[in-house]
Amino acid sequence: MGSQKFGKKDGLEKYSYSVSDLLKARGVSRRDFLKFCSAVTAALALPVSFAPKVAEALEQAKRPPVVWLNFQDCTGDTEALLRSANPTVAEIVLDILSLDYHETIMAAAGHQAEEALEKTITEFKGKYLCLVEGSISTKDNGVYCCIGGKTSMSIAKKVCGGAAATIAVGTCAAYGGIAAASPNPTGAVSVKEAVPGITLINLPGCPVNADILSASFVHYLVFGKIPAMDALGRPLFAYGKLIHNNCERRPHFDAGQYVEKWGDEGHRKGFCLYKMGCKGPATFHNCPTQRYNEKTSWPVAAGHGCVGCSEPNFWDTMSPMYKRLPNVPGFGIESTADKIGLGMVGGVAAAFAVHGAMNAMRKKPDSEDKDNHSDDK
Amino acid sequence: MAKIVVDPITRIEGHLRIEAEVNGGKITDAWSSSTMYRGIEKILKGRDPRDAWYWVQRICGVCTTVHSIASIRAVEDALKIKIPPNAQLIRNIIMGIQNVQDHVIHFYHLHALDWVDVVSGLKADPVKTSALAASLSDWPNNSATYFKGVQDKVKTFVASGRLGPFANAYWGHPAYKLPPEANLMATAHYLEALDWQKDVIKIHAILGSKNPHPQTFLVGGMSIPIDPDSQNALNADKLIEIKRLLKKAQDFVEKVYIPDLLAIASFYKDWAAIGGGDGNYLCYGDMPDANGNLWFPAGIILKNDLTKVYPVDQKKIAEYVDHSWYEYAGGAGKGLHPWDGESEAKYTGPKPPYEHLDTDKKYSWVKSPRYDEKTMEVGPLARLLVAYGSGHKETKAAVDMVLKKLGVGPAALFSTLGRTAARGIDCLLLAQQTPKYLDELIANIGKGDYRIHNGEKWEPSSWPTEASGYGWHEAPRGALGHWIKIKDQKILNYQAVVPSTWNASPRDAKGQRGPYEASLIGTPVADPNKPLEILRTIHSFDPCLACAVHVMDVNGNEVVKVKVS
Repeated sequence: MGSQKFGKKDGLEKYSYSVSDLLKARGVSRRDFLKFCSAVTAALALPVSFAPKVAEALEQAKRPPVVWLNFQDCTGDTEALLRSANPTVAEIVLDILSLDYHETIMAAAGHQAEEALEKTITEFKGKYLCLVEGSISTKDNGVYCCIGGKTSMSIAKKVCGGAAATIAVGTCAAYGGIAAASPNPTGAVSVKEAVPGITLINLPGCPVNADILSASFVHYLVFGKIPAMDALGRPLFAYGKLIHNNCERRPHFDAGQYVEKWGDEGHRKGFCLYKMGCKGPATFHNCPTQRYNEKTSWPVAAGHGCVGCSEPNFWDTMSPMYKRLPNVPGFGIESTADKIGLGMVGGVAAAFAVHGAMNAMRKKPDSEDKDNHSDDK
Repeated sequence: MAKIVVDPITRIEGHLRIEAEVNGGKITDAWSSSTMYRGIEKILKGRDPRDAWYWVQRICGVCTTVHSIASIRAVEDALKIKIPPNAQLIRNIIMGIQNVQDHVIHFYHLHALDWVDVVSGLKADPVKTSALAASLSDWPNNSATYFKGVQDKVKTFVASGRLGPFANAYWGHPAYKLPPEANLMATAHYLEALDWQKDVIKIHAILGSKNPHPQTFLVGGMSIPIDPDSQNALNADKLIEIKRLLKKAQDFVEKVYIPDLLAIASFYKDWAAIGGGDGNYLCYGDMPDANGNLWFPAGIILKNDLTKVYPVDQKKIAEYVDHSWYEYAGGAGKGLHPWDGESEAKYTGPKPPYEHLDTDKKYSWVKSPRYDEKTMEVGPLARLLVAYGSGHKETKAAVDMVLKKLGVGPAALFSTLGRTAARGIDCLLLAQQTPKYLDELIANIGKGDYRIHNGEKWEPSSWPTEASGYGWHEAPRGALGHWIKIKDQKILNYQAVVPSTWNASPRDAKGQRGPYEASLIGTPVADPNKPLEILRTIHSFDPCLACAVHVMDVNGNEVVKVKVS
């Protein structure tokens, strides 16, 4: 698998500097490079023994061209990219990828910016990676999001259509997100709905966890293919387990110790936030282990419940935020006494059903993360 | 005469397009258009007011805390909730570091490339660069070896033949004035700031789980518990880490940002006479203490007159849609106060793909907020001018220091350069002020006060049938206001009037230009194919929407293709 050399097959060999050459030139020692490879290997939920393969692939990769499209978004996923630590954004942009188009950070503007995009998608047709942040507007011919006078839909069709693979970064691109919440005034849709049939990885989250994004790049560089995914297009290495089942506060749930009021003793002692509306029991995401900002924290650790941001339509199905999720296995009598809304019940049931269905479908013989999905039923 | 269109305007948040008429090498008229709409205010109707902060946070992931702050303040105003002192102090720390980090990112990563020619830095002498850096501050990364290392990295990168985000820019443009050594120094600090920003913002992760989009706000307080005897709450361990990060933030601002800003500005003093606007400035004031007294004062300055600061009356704010793609039920020509605001989209622009907008009619998704029918510029410059005019001690000292070092008078502030300098001064003031809130918080906790939330009105059943309120906040980009009406425990109406709405607004019913538009008039454009000067002035506002520029002949409206070398 490590022999997948990005540069050899795709016309990139004329650029003679590999990722490892560039890291060396930037003063990154071999030791630091290997440390970085180990961190990425861990983020990918791979055994440590894969680290040398990660290193080997990165040493040979020749900065694949990447374009990043911003549509109906808040730029939060771009900001998440800026907070990347393993690797840092400087390493991603200067050493690992060739980020040829990204409106928020690129020096060129206007026509020169559009030409940079055109050049990459023409010269590397079928070989570049496309990242999309934000939903795509379809109502009224897509007038609700235009760049350079062109609709987000026309840009998405052209740019995603010619990419080797597309990554929908964040919940808006993956599932429509906030703009698609009822009543969806602009007809906002996900990348998958806008451009069906393309090779696509969904990395939902509001915003995306930057570590998952960089791990996905590396997975692509190392294995030369996209990671194994669930029925909602999410990589199993990051979305294979329920938050509730990995949560550091799970013992308190099982012991019936709950936060009852903000700032009460249970809140201060780190009890379970289920009664304060936590949606961890219905949300697949690796927040409890991967955490955010160089593993500093994540919502539950900072005292606020999960809101379910990596699930499709969570804006509608998991709100109001502070209402308790009904019918959670293990909560006992109160769950049946507490049916708060049918939408909610449906949401939880659907989430379990999807993962059940996906488990049946995902038997791939040489999948590298075969055993990653054991506790979600 | 030529008409220039820049779309997308890059290095901003969002989708922005500028069209400008150029006559005799100067801009004679300009139009600002936002080309993206999501309808979040419509989506909010009927939802739980306690959730609103989480929804409106998604208006912007760059200034990722500001809409949450304004939202919870609006709901707390409507329901008459007083928050505990600890919650106020935690909010102040979150707001303080948000402003500091955001300003540094804006300066180095969004704005600097308008002034700094990265490629020119390849010609710099590292020894001279070191001498230059040492003459400005005692920041430790200033040896010749260090700058040689940075230069080598950039050389390797350029030699790879793939410039990524630095490709196709205006490198070598005659409007770049810095010597190679200053360009190399600024490039080194561009890279250092990238690392710095991700570190200092961990304060948001400690207090609020993550950044962007910290998940920690509550109507009535904050959700981070305080308990020095618990590992699951804000304890001594975490407070000390925040202290360390605030120190790191302050050091960088004092020893890198401000010296760089002054050094770069000294080469561009001509921009102290370019890019001013109508001269009206609005600031809501912010950073309340436990009694609600604001550290930054609120006020209004009219026609650049710093001798008089007028009070702000929220009733005088109204939004117009005469040049915006909306339709009011009551018809055109009138402004609506945000409590009665409407966001009914009605697109009447050209069918995409289009080359130009019909700027005589409606041409933007941004509304036109006006105060007492006047345009208002908001942002760090407005904040400083109001504070300066009000005799705010710390602001006066910092502004006078910068003016003195640059050898210019207060009139220089009303300009592109003044706006950029004001952001630095604002950053410095907040970098120095924020640690004081942490000290107060620590002292308060030491007294045994662990309260972070006032739960008296948490349950919607305790609310009146109807309530309305507003919440103001001085965000990095300026005066931000949210207005809410609550009925039967649900949101009846919600309107956000954000800084970039004030600044990027199109013309109003009277035909008055918005601040971006007004500020561009008189801006020189050396080469209409490479309108670097437009970016300088527009970026000096730190826009929070995405934009674009193309060049058109004013008669035929034909887009002139920008040549790329």
